[in-house]
Amino acid sequence: MKRDYLILLLVTLVAFTLPLILPGDYYVEVFLFMGINILVALGLSLLMGYAGQISLGHAGFYGMGAYISGALTAHLGWPVPLAALVALVATALVAALVGWPTLRLRGHYLAMATLGLGIILYILFVQLKGITGGASGLSGIQPVHAGDLYLDTPRRYCYLVWSLVILAFLFSLNLVKSRSGLALRALHYSEVAASTLGIDVAKYKLQVFVFSCVLAALGGVLYAHYITFISPETFGFMYSIKLVVMIVLGGMYSLWGALLGGAFLSLLPEFLHRLEDLEVMVHGLILLMVLIFLPGGLTGLIQKIGEKIRGSS
Amino acid sequence: MVVLDARGVKKSFGGVKALRGVDVTVQEGTITALIGPNGSGKTTLFNILSGVLPMDEGKVIFMNQEIGSWPAHKRAALGIARTFQNLQIFQEMSVLENVMAGGFRHTSSGFMAGGLSLPKVRGEMRALEKKALKLLEELELTPYAHVQAGELPFGIQRKVEIARALALEPRLLLLDEPAAGLTTKETLALARFIHGLKERGITVFLVEHDMDLVMGISDWVIVLNFGQKIYEGTPLAVKRERTVIKAYLGEKRAKG
Repeated sequence: MKRDYLILLLVTLVAFTLPLILPGDYYVEVFLFMGINILVALGLSLLMGYAGQISLGHAGFYGMGAYISGALTAHLGWPVPLAALVALVATALVAALVGWPTLRLRGHYLAMATLGLGIILYILFVQLKGITGGASGLSGIQPVHAGDLYLDTPRRYCYLVWSLVILAFLFSLNLVKSRSGLALRALHYSEVAASTLGIDVAKYKLQVFVFSCVLAALGGVLYAHYITFISPETFGFMYSIKLVVMIVLGGMYSLWGALLGGAFLSLLPEFLHRLEDLEVMVHGLILLMVLIFLPGGLTGLIQKIGEKIRGSS
Repeated sequence: MVVLDARGVKKSFGGVKALRGVDVTVQEGTITALIGPNGSGKTTLFNILSGVLPMDEGKVIFMNQEIGSWPAHKRAALGIARTFQNLQIFQEMSVLENVMAGGFRHTSSGFMAGGLSLPKVRGEMRALEKKALKLLEELELTPYAHVQAGELPFGIQRKVEIARALALEPRLLLLDEPAAGLTTKETLALARFIHGLKERGITVFLVEHDMDLVMGISDWVIVLNFGQKIYEGTPLAVKRERTVIKAYLGEKRAKG
């Protein structure tokens, strides 16, 4: 457990140094988007690894954060923090509404419900033209500023994003080792046994699902106020799948899996510029290979290598 | 005083009547055994009492409260703990964490408090760990504290499950075939241990096939057959009862 906090400290140092030494705005921006992806993936990792549930609609919650916060600042001129707060609360309510009936049932009903919801949200992003700007996108989203300090350069914004990533990791690591974390892990292995120990299985699954959706919405908020122009295709089904691939690749049973998987899949398109149309296939291939050869994902691999080194010395 | 009083419990699976209106009472501070041939409905009754399975009809009264329609986690919070015939251990958690999870009902911090790691959360987790370590010592499980529970031999996993149930500090402990798969030596130790629980004021209700164990430690024995209670009494009385022998050995042997 102590080891996890050391890793977090290390991540913090790297995250705060990198924007200073990266050779140009382009790379800083890649690192910034990586942070957003990792934030969204972290929530999904808690849901998949601890509650044992899959969401196939996280792109929709990501989009809700982006559109609600973006539209409130673009159309109504709300201050960003207030608009962001409303976006997070609204997403949490929608998540609770979907999760409440589905998480009472055993099995993968949440996956189906979120798959449907993700598609519905995408259609709303396209069709609610008055609010979302429809297929041509929403522009005029306000950038983030604190007084006169505008966080409109990649470097400044990068610090904001990664600070939130690190806080989210801190919160999640604390959570996992708390009473709630114990309950979540227990119900992952046996819901029946967990319930006979006094654990309200449905309640814990719902809490972690809502938290997971709020992190996705936070990612969306950060995305919208940096890029200041958003359009529906960013929030489509493919992004939901990409998030699941991040978790599986990184390793489902460790929160660090979200970090590794998120980092890897954020960098991948940089190397696959010319193969843009093949991205979907590459994701499918990664998913397949990991499930066959590396069921513990990258974190599982690192753990195994660590054990081997310790074993041989 | 009656701790548990179940009346007219009925349960069908499709067309099969697993329980046809069973009454059982368990007195405080006793060891009560539930016996009967395979398929007589013992585990079904335990699942209903612990809230894992809903019943079709009947009443379950625990400490003067009707809990027949309560979900399992609420019953656990009242002090009903159980083990499972086919183990339900948290496989990839350590033995210590398994037992800590058993003490869940003695903690109360919420989701946000956990994420913020408030002092209260840390305090209650430390208390949970301390209690769990004490239980491990008592059950001679200390050497396995940090081993993944799923990697341990069957007999030890059974003990882990009992330790987990005890961490709940139950008023009533339901043990579903605790001796199944254990060696004779292990069974003897188990018998001593269960007897010790009674001295600690824990009421025990157990399903068991090992007749030596049942007759050796029980104060009261309830016999089920085909989903009905056919007899109940002291171990001595049950051993002599014709209907019981008939249920176990068949008509002819009972006559001869």
